[in-house]
Amino acid sequence: MLKIWSMKKNEETAAKKKPKVSAAQIRLQKDLTELEEFKTMTTDFPDPADLLHFNLIITPDEGFYKGGKFLFSFNISTNYPHEPPKVKCMQKIYHPNVDTEGNVCLNILREDWKPVLNLNAILVGLQFLFLEPNAEDPLNKEAAEELRRDREAFAKNASLSMRGGTIRGQTYERVLATP
Amino acid sequence: MGDISLPAPVPAPAWPDRFQHVDTLLDAPGPSTDPDFVRGDVVKEFLRNQCKILVIGAGGLGCEILANLALMGFADIHVIDMDTIDISNLNRQFLFRPKDVGKPKAIVAAEFVMSRVPGTKVTPYFGKIQDKDESYYMQFNLVICGLDSVEARRWMNATLVGMVDPENPESLKPMIDGGTEGFKGQARVIIPTISSCYECSLDMLNKQTVFPICTIANTPRLPEHCIEWASVLEWPRVFPDKKMDTDDPDDIQWLYERASARAHEFKIEGVTWSLTQGVVKNIIPAIASTNAIIAASCCTEAFKLATSCAPALNNYFMLIGTEGIYSYTFEHERRPECPVCGGETIDMPVKKEWTLERLIEALTERQDIQVKKPSLSAGGRSLYLQAPPQLEKRTRPNLEKKLSELVEDGDELTVTASSLPFNLTLRVLLKD
Repeated sequence: MLKIWSMKKNEETAAKKKPKVSAAQIRLQKDLTELEEFKTMTTDFPDPADLLHFNLIITPDEGFYKGGKFLFSFNISTNYPHEPPKVKCMQKIYHPNVDTEGNVCLNILREDWKPVLNLNAILVGLQFLFLEPNAEDPLNKEAAEELRRDREAFAKNASLSMRGGTIRGQTYERVLATP
Repeated sequence: MGDISLPAPVPAPAWPDRFQHVDTLLDAPGPSTDPDFVRGDVVKEFLRNQCKILVIGAGGLGCEILANLALMGFADIHVIDMDTIDISNLNRQFLFRPKDVGKPKAIVAAEFVMSRVPGTKVTPYFGKIQDKDESYYMQFNLVICGLDSVEARRWMNATLVGMVDPENPESLKPMIDGGTEGFKGQARVIIPTISSCYECSLDMLNKQTVFPICTIANTPRLPEHCIEWASVLEWPRVFPDKKMDTDDPDDIQWLYERASARAHEFKIEGVTWSLTQGVVKNIIPAIASTNAIIAASCCTEAFKLATSCAPALNNYFMLIGTEGIYSYTFEHERRPECPVCGGETIDMPVKKEWTLERLIEALTERQDIQVKKPSLSAGGRSLYLQAPPQLEKRTRPNLEKKLSELVEDGDELTVTASSLPFNLTLRVLLKD
């Protein structure tokens, strides 16, 4: 090392400036441009120059939530993929795994997140929550309880909630895909 | 007798034979010494008069590192730390005294070391590493990190890797990274672009303890579940527009009260103010002796790298002191797909009047890289993204633009594509 350092100083190099690209940005570019195309999901970038913040719109074409249009916000920190994206549901919806504050219970968003996972995995996971709500990991306990007890009643209430209905005193947001 | 107060530290005179033991290492080569080692005055002159070393962090590890370096004879030391001294630091951050609470760590540590070790210059910077740019980091021969955050290490690592210019050996700055967590610790030597970098090993990191959100929402069993409930679910519900400040005792108090009420409701014991603070700040108790061992290892590596008196650590030393003392050293390998040091950089001579589309065509025609449908950005600015549709549409107009409108000569473009296992850096050389 000493040998390398004692070589003549090159002042020009110190002045040279290169734009900084963080590992998170590179990884995000790769993740986003390799997102699979789903006919039931689209991404929306309010500020297209800012890849760290975007929305996801899910329009399930089957299951309890067919006909609905669900909006999620994605916030990705500069520590991605060491930290998972922060994902929140932007609407008040009736779903066993989403609470009325928009928190989402999806294992890969928290305890099972690994840097080898990517945005595609999260999108597939969220889509799956609408096809197969999971009564075992409830965030909305009443909804989960109802799904476990009586699938038909749950289907009716899910449909009612999407039309902006009131279930057990809670009024949900109207989230129908067609006005 | 009777007066037992200690005298204030005064600048001590240079003591005789100060470097007697260090000089033993520098006056003669050892059995494993590099043949290029230059013994005697040349190496001593470099160490004591020329070598400029940067210490990042003046906390638990930083205090030990600063003291070790100064006593070993490093005379031009710089230190960066963005924190101020808290009373809880005093048990192990031995350069600080009760009167220093509230003052910047970097400044107090620098003054203390200079007052105790004659002939040492310590230049502090009270602020963030991100405040400084490459021209600042370029002045150092070596960087030692005693940090407590993954994010800061990743930034420093990426910066040092990014600075390497193959034409200029001076641009290669070895990074020595120390880290401790309770009784466990590690020290590693990163020679940017030559050995495995910090980012290469990112997936080896232990996961932080994270509880499933449904457990904290519905079936809490541990005091930690109640505290997480208060911070993850209750705080954003009650204060949707206020960010939690984990350094603010009022915020911790609020969380503590909410968590206690919930613990009471579920008949859970053990929620305390300090546990609340520990959980939300993710505090792992720091052990002074672990810091001392890891700092000693880091400084020994700095000394070996600076003097070539012995081969440096290759490249990862870990210490597990939880049950006895176990240590293991191994060579962490580079990861070819590492987004920081992996991937190739290729030079691409292009004409100024070429459009971006023409560049992409030229890129896909190159046999040596075999890239299909590449996405390109320059310094975090998207030039052309293949997907998602909205971004493709938005960046599509750039395809028609001339390269001279989009990039400057020598700019490095980040290329990603599904056919590439990792990213590719493209240095554009604009020609008329």
